[in-house]
Amino acid sequence: MQRRTLLTSTAAALVAVSLAGPALAQEPLKVGFIYVGPIGDLGWSYQHDQGRLAVEKEFGDKVETVYLESVPEGADAERALTQMAMQGADLIFTTSFGYMDATINVAARFPDVKFEHATGYKRAGNVATYNARFYEGRAVMGTIAGRMTRSNKIGYIGSFPIPEVIQGINSTFIHARKVNPDVEISVVWAYTWFDPAKEADAARALIEQGVDVILAHTDSTAPLAEAAKTPGVIGFGQASDMLDFAPSPRVSSIIDNWGPYYIERVQAVLDGTWTSTDTWAGIGEGAVVIGEITDAVPAEVKAEAEALAAAIADKSYHPFTGPLNRQDGTPWLAEGEVADDATLAGMNFYVEGIKGDIPQ
Amino acid sequence: MPRLERRPTPSRLWTAATPVLAVIATMFAGGLLFAALGKDPVEAIRTIFWDPLFGEFASYSRPQLLVKAGPLILIAIGLSLGFKAQVWNIGAEGQYIMGALAGAATGLAFYPGDSPLLFPAMVVIGALGGGLWGLIPAVLKLRFGSSEILVSLMLVYVAQHILSAAAFGMLKNPEGRGFPGSRNFQQFPAAFNGELIAGTGMHWGVVAALGSVIAAHVLLSRHILGFHIRVAGEAPRAARFAGVSPALLTSVCLGISGALAGLAGLFEVTGPAGQISTDFASGYGFTAIIVAFLGRLHPLGILLAGLLMALTYIGGELAQLTLNLPSAAIQAFQGMLLFFLLAFDVLSNFRIRLARRARA
Amino acid sequence: MIGSIDPLLLIASLMVASTPILLAAIGELVVEKAGVLNLGVEGMMIVGAIAGFAAAVESGSPLVGFVGAALAGAALSLIFAVLTQVLLSNQVATGLALTLFGIGFSALIGQGYAGRRPPPTPKLDFGPLSDIPVLGPVLLRHDPVVYVSILIVAAVWVFLKYTRAGLVLRAVGESHDAAHALGYKVVRLRVLAIAFGGACAGLGGAYLSLVRVPQWTEGMTAGAGWIALAIVVFASWRPWRVLAGAYLFGGVTVLQLNLQAAGVAIPVQYLSMAPYVITIIVLVIISADRRRAAQNAPASLGRVFHASS
Repeated sequence: MQRRTLLTSTAAALVAVSLAGPALAQEPLKVGFIYVGPIGDLGWSYQHDQGRLAVEKEFGDKVETVYLESVPEGADAERALTQMAMQGADLIFTTSFGYMDATINVAARFPDVKFEHATGYKRAGNVATYNARFYEGRAVMGTIAGRMTRSNKIGYIGSFPIPEVIQGINSTFIHARKVNPDVEISVVWAYTWFDPAKEADAARALIEQGVDVILAHTDSTAPLAEAAKTPGVIGFGQASDMLDFAPSPRVSSIIDNWGPYYIERVQAVLDGTWTSTDTWAGIGEGAVVIGEITDAVPAEVKAEAEALAAAIADKSYHPFTGPLNRQDGTPWLAEGEVADDATLAGMNFYVEGIKGDIPQ
Repeated sequence: MPRLERRPTPSRLWTAATPVLAVIATMFAGGLLFAALGKDPVEAIRTIFWDPLFGEFASYSRPQLLVKAGPLILIAIGLSLGFKAQVWNIGAEGQYIMGALAGAATGLAFYPGDSPLLFPAMVVIGALGGGLWGLIPAVLKLRFGSSEILVSLMLVYVAQHILSAAAFGMLKNPEGRGFPGSRNFQQFPAAFNGELIAGTGMHWGVVAALGSVIAAHVLLSRHILGFHIRVAGEAPRAARFAGVSPALLTSVCLGISGALAGLAGLFEVTGPAGQISTDFASGYGFTAIIVAFLGRLHPLGILLAGLLMALTYIGGELAQLTLNLPSAAIQAFQGMLLFFLLAFDVLSNFRIRLARRARA
Repeated sequence: MIGSIDPLLLIASLMVASTPILLAAIGELVVEKAGVLNLGVEGMMIVGAIAGFAAAVESGSPLVGFVGAALAGAALSLIFAVLTQVLLSNQVATGLALTLFGIGFSALIGQGYAGRRPPPTPKLDFGPLSDIPVLGPVLLRHDPVVYVSILIVAAVWVFLKYTRAGLVLRAVGESHDAAHALGYKVVRLRVLAIAFGGACAGLGGAYLSLVRVPQWTEGMTAGAGWIALAIVVFASWRPWRVLAGAYLFGGVTVLQLNLQAAGVAIPVQYLSMAPYVITIIVLVIISADRRRAAQNAPASLGRVFHASS
C-alpha cells in the first residue's frame, strides 16, 4: 500500500518534472485553511487547526500551509478566500457552513484551485464537501448516558436548531432509551456556538432540574466545569478531548478528528487524483473519535459502548435503524430500515419519545 | 508645566499633519509589537500598509478597499452631521441592521420577481427602515428628554435580537435545508446589488458612499441646514437667535444618519454579504463612529479615514496569510492606530504651551 | 412544569450568573457619575479575565488573580483616561477603540493559557448557618466574590450619598465648569473614577475566567461588557438599582434557560430582547420626570472638559 503510494507519487513527480521543469516540481503544495473562530477556541476551529498541523507533520516540506482565523461569514469570507487563492494556495479548506456561497463564488473564479467546504451541500467541479457523522459518536455517548443516569434524566445543550444538532439529540436519545426505557431528555437551546458563561448557566439549569448526565453541542468546556461542581453529575468532551476533566465528570468524549481526511485529500492533490467528492465520514474513517472511556464508567458499560462503536465503525450497525417513529407517532423507518443520508442531512424532527418542540 | 491652549479655529496645518504623524507613530509601536511576536517588523508594516495598494495583487485588493470602506463611509457621513450638531447617535449598528432587514424582507416577499422596480423599492424601504429606527431616539428625546446616546445604544441590542429571530424564522430560506439564513441575493437577480463594472468593486453602496461625501460637503458649505448644524454645534446659544429649531435639527440629524446607515445595510446585504444571517452585523455601525472621528467629522476626512480603516483590515489579512501573524495581533494593532489618531488630534485644536512666558 | 423549577436554586444561580455584569456595571456607574462615558467596558473586562487567570495560574492563588485582574483593568482604563482627560479625545470613539484593543490584546497574552485549569476559588464557609431554610441556599453558599460585589455596591452607595468626596464627584459629573470654578480638580477626580471603573470591570472579567466558567478562551466575555453599560442606564445611576438591574438581566438569561430545561416552550429571542426594551422604557420614565432626572443622570455625561480659564 505504502509502496504503491510512493510509486505513484514518484511517477506524478516525474510527469511534472518532464512537463514543467525542475523548479515547479520542488515547489511545495500550498494548502490554505479558513477558520470561523480563533484557533485558540479549543473547540471547532482548534480541531481543524489540529488537522492542519497533522498535514504539516505528514508531508513535511512537500506542503506549505497557511490559514486565516476569525474570518466572519459573508463578504469578508469571499475576500479572504480570494486573497488566499491569489497568494498561490492550491487547495483550500473552508471550515464553516456560512462560507458555502463564498466558496462556490471564489471557486468559479479560480478553476485551477481546489476547494473543500465543510458541512455544506453545494459542490462544483473544483469544490468538494466534507462533514463528519457526529451522530455516530452521540450514539455511543447516549448508551453510556442511559446506563449511567440515576435520575433517568439526561440533558442536552444545543447550539442552534439545525440538522446536525437535531441528529445528535435524536441519536443520543434513541440509544439511551435502548438501554434504559425510563430515560427522558431535556434540551436547552443556547443560541450560540461559543459563550462559556451562557453554556455554564445552561448546564446549571439542567442540573437543577435533576439532570445528572450532560451532553453539549456547544464548543467550550464550561458545561463540564459546571458539572464538576456537583458530585454525581457526568458529561462528555465535545469537539476536543477535554481530558482535563477526566476521569469525572468527563467520562468520554467525541473528538472531531479532521487530520486523516485532510491528509488523504492533500495526498490526492499531490497524486493528481483529486476529484470533487461528497464525504461524510464517521467513526470507521477516523473522522469521529471516541475519547478514552474512563474508570468512572463500570467495565460492562464500557464494553457495551465500545462494542457499539466497533459495530458502527465496521458498518454492521447504523445508529438510525428502524423501527423508529417521528415525535408525533407517524412511522419513519420500518423494522430494519436504515435512514438515508438526505433525510439525515435535512433532519428537522425529533424521534418519538422526546418531549418539547424544536424552535422554529 | 506644559498646558493646552485652545486655538481660536482648528489649525489647518495640524489637521492635515496629525493623521500622518499618528500613522507613523503606530508603525513604530506596532513594529515593536510584531517584533515581540518574533516577526520582521518592517515586513509586517509593509505588508499591512503597502501591499494592498501597490503589492503583487493590488489590482484585486484596491477595489476591495472600496467595498470594505463603502459602508463605513456611508454610515460615518451620516453620523458626522449629527456629531457636529451635538446629536449623539451611537446606535448606527442597529439602524444598519434594521435597514438591511426591511429592504431584504421587501425583496424576499417578491421572490422570484423580476420587476426592474424591485431593487429601487428595496433601497427606499431600506433607508426608511434605518431612518425610522433612528427616529425612535429622536422622538423619545424630544417628547421625554431621554438621552439619545443611551436609547440608540439600547436599540442596537434590540435590533440584534430581531436579526437573529429573522434569520431563524421569518426570512429563513425555505430551500436552505434547515439552516438559518435567508435566500442568497446572488441567485435573485432583480434584487442583487452586484458590481456595476466588473473588477472595480464598485457597487451601488460604494456609489452611494462617494455621493454622500460630496452631498455632505455641499450641504455643510452651501446649504442653510449645514449652516444650522454647524452653528448648533459650535455656539448653541447663538443658534437659537439664528432661528435654529433644536427639535427639528435633532430629528433631521438622527433621521439622516439612520437612513444612511439603513442604506449601507441594504447595499451590504444585497451585495457583498448576500444574505441575512445571524452573523450579518459585523460591527460596521460601531467602527463607523471611530471613522467619523478619525475623519475629524469632515466629509473628505471621513473618506480617507474609511479607506485607512479598510486598509488595515485587508492588509491585516495579508499579514496573517504571508507572515502567520495571529488575527489578535492585527486587532491590537488597529486599536493602537486609533489611540494614536485620537491622541494626536489634540494638536489641531490646541496649542501646547510650555510656560506662560512663551505667550508671544 | 414551571413548578419543577426550584425558586431558591434559581435565585442562587442568578446571583452567580449576574456577578460579572454587576461588578462591571457598578464601576461604570461611578465613571458615569463623574461625567465620563467609557464604552470600553468589554475590553477592560476581557483583559481582566486573562490577567486574573494568568496571575492565578502562575501564583496558584485566586486572590492574587483577582488583585491582578483589578490592576490590569485599571491600567488599561488609564489609556482611556489619558486620551480623554489629558488629550481631550472624544469619549465614545476612544471607548470603542479601547474595546477593540482589549479584545486583541487579551487574545495575544492569553495564547499560552488556553485549556489550563485555574486554582479553585473556595466558597465561604458559614458552617451550620448555610443550612437555614430559604436564607441558607440563597445567600450563604457562595464564593467570596459574590459578597464582595454586593459590598462594593454598598460602598459606592455610601460614598456617593454620604461622603464629601462623593458629593464632589457628583458635582463634577453635573457641571464640570462649575466644579472647576469652585476649585475642584476635575481631571484628577475623573481619572480616579475611570481607574476605579477599570478595576471593577477587570474583577468582573476575572470572575468569569476564574469562577463562573472557569477557563480562559479568546473572546470569552461574549458581550457581557455591553450588557453592563445597559444596566447602568436601567438603574438610572443608582447603586442599589444597579444590583437589581444586574440580577434582572442575569435573571432573564438564567430563567429562560431554566424554563427550557423544564420543558416550557418559549420564544428565546423575544425574551432576550425584553430587558433592553424595559431599559428604554425605564429611561423614558425617569427622563420624563424632570425633577428626579436632574438628581440622577449626570448632566455632563460624555462632554469634553477643558479648563480654559
